[in-house]
Amino acid sequence: MAKSETNTRLREGARGTKPSKAWSRRNIFIYGTLLVAAIYYLLPLYVMVVTSLKGMPEIRMGNVFGPPMEITFQPWVKAWSEACTGINCDGLSRGFWNSVQILIPSVTISIAVAAVNGYALANWRFKGAEVFFTILIIGAFIPYQIMIYPIVIILRELGLYGGLWGLVMVHTIFGMPILTLLFRNYFASIPEELFKAARVDGAGFWGIFFKIMLPMALPIIVVAIILQVTGIWNDFLFGVIYTKPDLYPMTVQLNNIVNSVQGVKEYNVNMAATLLTGLVPLVIYFFSGKLFVRGIAAGAVKG
Amino acid sequence: MQDNISISIRDLKLNFGSVEVLKQLNLDIGVGEFLVLLGSSGCGKSTLLNCIAGLLDITDGQIFINGNNVTWAEPSQRGIGMVFQSYALYPQMTVEGNLSFGLKNAGVPKKEIAERIARTAEILQIQPLLKRKPAALSGGQRQRVAIGRALVRDVDVFLFDEPLSNLDAKLRADLRVEIKRLHQRLKNTMIYVTHDQVEAMTLADRIAIMKGGLIMQLDSPSVIYNKPANKYVAGFIGSPAMNFFEGQLKVGADPQFSNSSMEFSVKGYQATEALQDQKVWFGIRPEHIQVNTPADACADACAVQLDVVVDLVEPMGSDTLVWANIQGQVLRFRMDGLADIKGGDRVRVGFDPVRASLFNQQSELRL
Repeated sequence: MAKSETNTRLREGARGTKPSKAWSRRNIFIYGTLLVAAIYYLLPLYVMVVTSLKGMPEIRMGNVFGPPMEITFQPWVKAWSEACTGINCDGLSRGFWNSVQILIPSVTISIAVAAVNGYALANWRFKGAEVFFTILIIGAFIPYQIMIYPIVIILRELGLYGGLWGLVMVHTIFGMPILTLLFRNYFASIPEELFKAARVDGAGFWGIFFKIMLPMALPIIVVAIILQVTGIWNDFLFGVIYTKPDLYPMTVQLNNIVNSVQGVKEYNVNMAATLLTGLVPLVIYFFSGKLFVRGIAAGAVKG
Repeated sequence: MQDNISISIRDLKLNFGSVEVLKQLNLDIGVGEFLVLLGSSGCGKSTLLNCIAGLLDITDGQIFINGNNVTWAEPSQRGIGMVFQSYALYPQMTVEGNLSFGLKNAGVPKKEIAERIARTAEILQIQPLLKRKPAALSGGQRQRVAIGRALVRDVDVFLFDEPLSNLDAKLRADLRVEIKRLHQRLKNTMIYVTHDQVEAMTLADRIAIMKGGLIMQLDSPSVIYNKPANKYVAGFIGSPAMNFFEGQLKVGADPQFSNSSMEFSVKGYQATEALQDQKVWFGIRPEHIQVNTPADACADACAVQLDVVVDLVEPMGSDTLVWANIQGQVLRFRMDGLADIKGGDRVRVGFDPVRASLFNQQSELRL
């Protein structure tokens, strides 16, 4: 039939996907902003990397943004193993290993304890749970500076003052409020029926924790690891207060190298030392970026 | 305690803070009985189920299962299996791991675990799924596995907490039949919580209709439907809902119901002679109303005749739901799916007062 034919045929004019212009005002604005922001953040990093690969004579020429004419790794070697702080001249390597020794137990213990805390608060509503949680949250808002002196006395009484384990304890305690909150909210977002089903199936407190909850908590554990590693690695205040010069973490040692007032300022060594110190958190971000975003998102949507 | 009682609940009370969720609740459930707890959300039906399962600490009262006082017992020691609305399968375990988790916790020997899983998988026809993770299953398959997890525990009592509410309409109908078949085969005691009255009517031996932490009526589906104990139950059961008219009952040799827009005889309604004059609600179900049948052709079935004006027509295929009014008072009734009717039509409807329900206006209890 002629009538139905004309009905099914396409008319003149717009059809299918709407074409979009590559150089529309919107695109220029979005990509322009992104580009400016990227340059703003990357330029200092670029200057640092470039400077750390230059020799001192080249730096004195004052061409901050120019690439090195002659690449040298001497500043990196010096920063790692020869730079002097006080009477020690074994570079940042000492501080690096101190930091590692502080970092690993602090991160492990704080996450282990916070995971159990969060699980107990989210799933086992024991008497006083609300009060306990409130106290913990208040703890997250009290400035650190208030607690410095009392903790010095506590550590002295415990015989831990000036040692690595005292600092580990301090980091574990100060990580507790935020990590417990993180784990509590994550476990609270897991459907309650799952917990009930496990109870009907006869699993106890630890059975449910290790067999049901912990295997599901991987994204939030990654978030906690990132928070703790960057936080503890970058810590300066506690490191300088609660340890002695032999045991100073990397950040404190970096400060002592960069801020030393004696002799010539070796900008290339300072840049290399700073980059070396920042390397650990940077590596962590690179390798866990995807999981980090997923964990944050999971907490944000359901928490 | 009698031998044929499976679960017995005595003076159960539960408060959340100052809110009374369950008030002085008493309930006996026979061995092998299929009891449905039905009610709108917030009526306490799921709470009651959680109390029976031991997942909530009760404020007062006692719970007996198979004659044992389990009031203080852990959920796993009560001899129950439970199926949840959201399936609640352990996501990191395979189907087999999900089924065996409870048995491993109970220290059942490996050989027996394998046997029980094989038997459960056969009953529910989930053998091909045993090695899969829950994420790789469809909704219906997940709910089967969840039922299997209760089944494999070899318990006397099954608790279902709205198990079909997350499924689409067709799957729900299929699994409903399957649960009924399962009950006929296993003959366990089952308590089933739902807000879906079709599930309640089709599955239950007895239905307990709950409201505000109290059981409004506990009886067989047929009695609940035909002789609702109060106005709430009458309005809750049945879709579309029962029609209600407010009015005055005058007893006598020919008892009359009347209000500003209608007056008719309710002769034949049970024992009207024993009643007194009072203000009442008159209720009649939409499916008990006859349309356009002459009075002499249907005898008792349309003893009362009324003229109505059609407002709205909802064709549903199998039948047509008509919203009409009698001088401003709404009347719903069902007609054949092919009925030729539209808004504005005037029709004559009839019904038999024997099938109606009368409730006192103050107490809302059935007369």
